[in-house]
Amino acid sequence: MTTLDAMNAVTATPESTPTLSNEERAVLDGERGPAPQLAMRIVVRMARILGARELVPVASAHIDGCLYHGDGGVEFAERLVSLGGKVDVPTTLNVGALDLLNPRRVRSAGHRREMAFRQMRAYEALGCRPTWTCAPYQAGHRPGRGQDVAWGESNAVVFANSVLGARTNRYGDFMDICCALAGRAPRTGLHLDENRRATVVVGTGAINPALKERDVFYPVLGTWLGATVDERVAVVTGLPETATEDQLKAMGAASASSGAVGLFHVEGVTPEAPDLATALGGRAPETILVPRARELQRVRDALSTTGTAQLDAVALGSPHFSRDEFSLLEALLPHEPFRIPFYVCTGRAEYQRLQTSGRLRRFEEAGVEIVADTCVVVAPILPARGSVLMTNSGKFAHYTPATTGYDVVYGSLEDCVRSAATGRVTRDESLWS
Amino acid sequence: MELIGAPVHAGEGRGRLLVLERPLSFWGGVDPETGRVSDPRHPQYGEPLGGRILVMERAIGSSSSSAIMLELLRNDVAPAAIVLGSTDAILVLGVLVAEELGYASIPLIDVGRNGFERIRDGSGGRGHVRAGAREAILRVALA
Repeated sequence: MTTLDAMNAVTATPESTPTLSNEERAVLDGERGPAPQLAMRIVVRMARILGARELVPVASAHIDGCLYHGDGGVEFAERLVSLGGKVDVPTTLNVGALDLLNPRRVRSAGHRREMAFRQMRAYEALGCRPTWTCAPYQAGHRPGRGQDVAWGESNAVVFANSVLGARTNRYGDFMDICCALAGRAPRTGLHLDENRRATVVVGTGAINPALKERDVFYPVLGTWLGATVDERVAVVTGLPETATEDQLKAMGAASASSGAVGLFHVEGVTPEAPDLATALGGRAPETILVPRARELQRVRDALSTTGTAQLDAVALGSPHFSRDEFSLLEALLPHEPFRIPFYVCTGRAEYQRLQTSGRLRRFEEAGVEIVADTCVVVAPILPARGSVLMTNSGKFAHYTPATTGYDVVYGSLEDCVRSAATGRVTRDESLWS
Repeated sequence: MELIGAPVHAGEGRGRLLVLERPLSFWGGVDPETGRVSDPRHPQYGEPLGGRILVMERAIGSSSSSAIMLELLRNDVAPAAIVLGSTDAILVLGVLVAEELGYASIPLIDVGRNGFERIRDGSGGRGHVRAGAREAILRVALA
C-alpha cells in the first residue's frame, strides 16, 4: 500500500486520530517544507498507534539514531538532509561508531566505516550539536523539571526523567529525529502525570549502610531494579541523601540495561520524590520489595561472566565519564604505567577540557587511553586477541559479552585500577560479605 | 481458522506461519542481511523470517529494532506480515520509515494474548493477513 493510502486510513478513524493544533496541521500539510512534513507524518502516525489524543511540544531532543546499524539508517538521515531538514529544537547527538578526534582508535574499514561516517555527518547537517556523548546531561544539555523533551538512548532517558525530572519516553532510532524536526512528540507514556507516580516501593533497609556509600553499589542496585521492576516506576527508599549524580547515573544506566526502566525515584534525593507519599502520588503502592543483601550479592556476582584472574583490558565510562569521575580516577593513578590497555570513554567536551587544563598528560603517562565520541561496546576498539575485560560499569558488564565476545569482570573503580596495575584481577570483597 | 485482531499497520500478506516460542529482540536477534534469527539462545535460532507470517507474543529489547526492521525490508528478507500478541511501537516504526523511503511495506496486527494462544502451535501452516483501517483478520490453514 502507498503512503497516501495509509494516511487515508489514519483519517478514516477519527476516534483514534490525535487532535492537531493549527500549527501542527500546517506542518503536516507541508507548509513548512517537506522535511518537517515527513517527520510530522511519522509522529502523527505513531501517536495514532500509541493511542495518544494529542501531541506535546518538546523543548529539546537527544538523538540515538546516529549510530550505524545498516545502510537504511544512513539513507533515512540523508533523505532528511536532501529535503532541507533542520531540527526545530536544540538537539544533541549520542555516540557514533567512530572516534572522530582519534580516527585510528576504531578498527573498522571499507563500507561500514564509510557509511558510519556518512551517518554521523548527516545528523550534523540536520543541525544537531556534535556532542557525540551518551551523557549529554553532563555536557551542558540539562532540561528542567517538568519540561517535555524527546530523548533517545536508554541511560540518557532514565537520567532525564529520574534525576532531572524532565519528561520523555524512550525515543529510539528514527522517532528521535522525527520529534526533533517536528518539535512534537505523541502525548503519552511518561509525558503524563499519572504514568510518573511510583507503583513499586523498594526498601533498602536490609543493605549494609557502608555499602550504600560506595560507587560500586549503584550499578548492582540498578541491575537488580531493572530485572525486577522492568517498565514499572519504582521509588527507592533508604539511600543516603548524599547519593551523587554519578551514582544515580550509573544506577539508571544499569537498570535500563537489565530492564526497560524509563523512570525511577529516590526518596529525598530525586526531584519528584521529596517524600514517599509524593512519589506515590498519594496512593498506596501496588508492590513493596525489600532486596536482601544476599540477593544483591548474587546480582553482583552475575555481572561477571568469568572467575579467572587473567585480565586483558579495563574499560570505564558507560555512561561517558564525567569531570568528577576523572578526578576520582586521577587520585588513584599509579606511578608505574598500567600493564594492560586501560580505556576511559567520554564525550569530546570532557576530553577537550582535559586537554586544555593539561591534565590529559597525567592520564596518558599512566597508560590511560581516552576514547571520545564513541565507546568500546559499539565500535571495535578492544584488542582483537584479548578475552577478559574488567569494568566498574553495570552497563558495560551487561553488553560486553554479546557485543565484543569478551568475558567480563565487574569491580569497583579501585579494583579496576589495582587490577590493571598488576595485570591480574583483584577485587575487594569485604563490603559484600 | 480465523482470528480477528486490531490493525497496527494496514496491508496484506500471505505466507507460511513461523510462531516464535519466545519473544525476540530484532536488534541483536535477527541478522539484517539474511533475515534469519541470529540469537543462538532463541528457540527459533537460524529460522528465516523472509516471506513468513511471523507470529510472536511480543517484541522486546532495544529501540534500535526499528532500524533492523527497516534493513529487512530494504534487503527483501522481511516477514510477509507480523502477528503480535500485544501492540508494538518499535517494529512498526521501521515499517513506516521503509514506506517513506519507497520500500515494500507489510501489515502488523495485534490479535491479543488469547489470539496468540490459539495459533501458538500453528507453525508450518499457511496464513493470510488482511489489515484495514479498523479491522484486521488472520486466516490460517493449519498444516
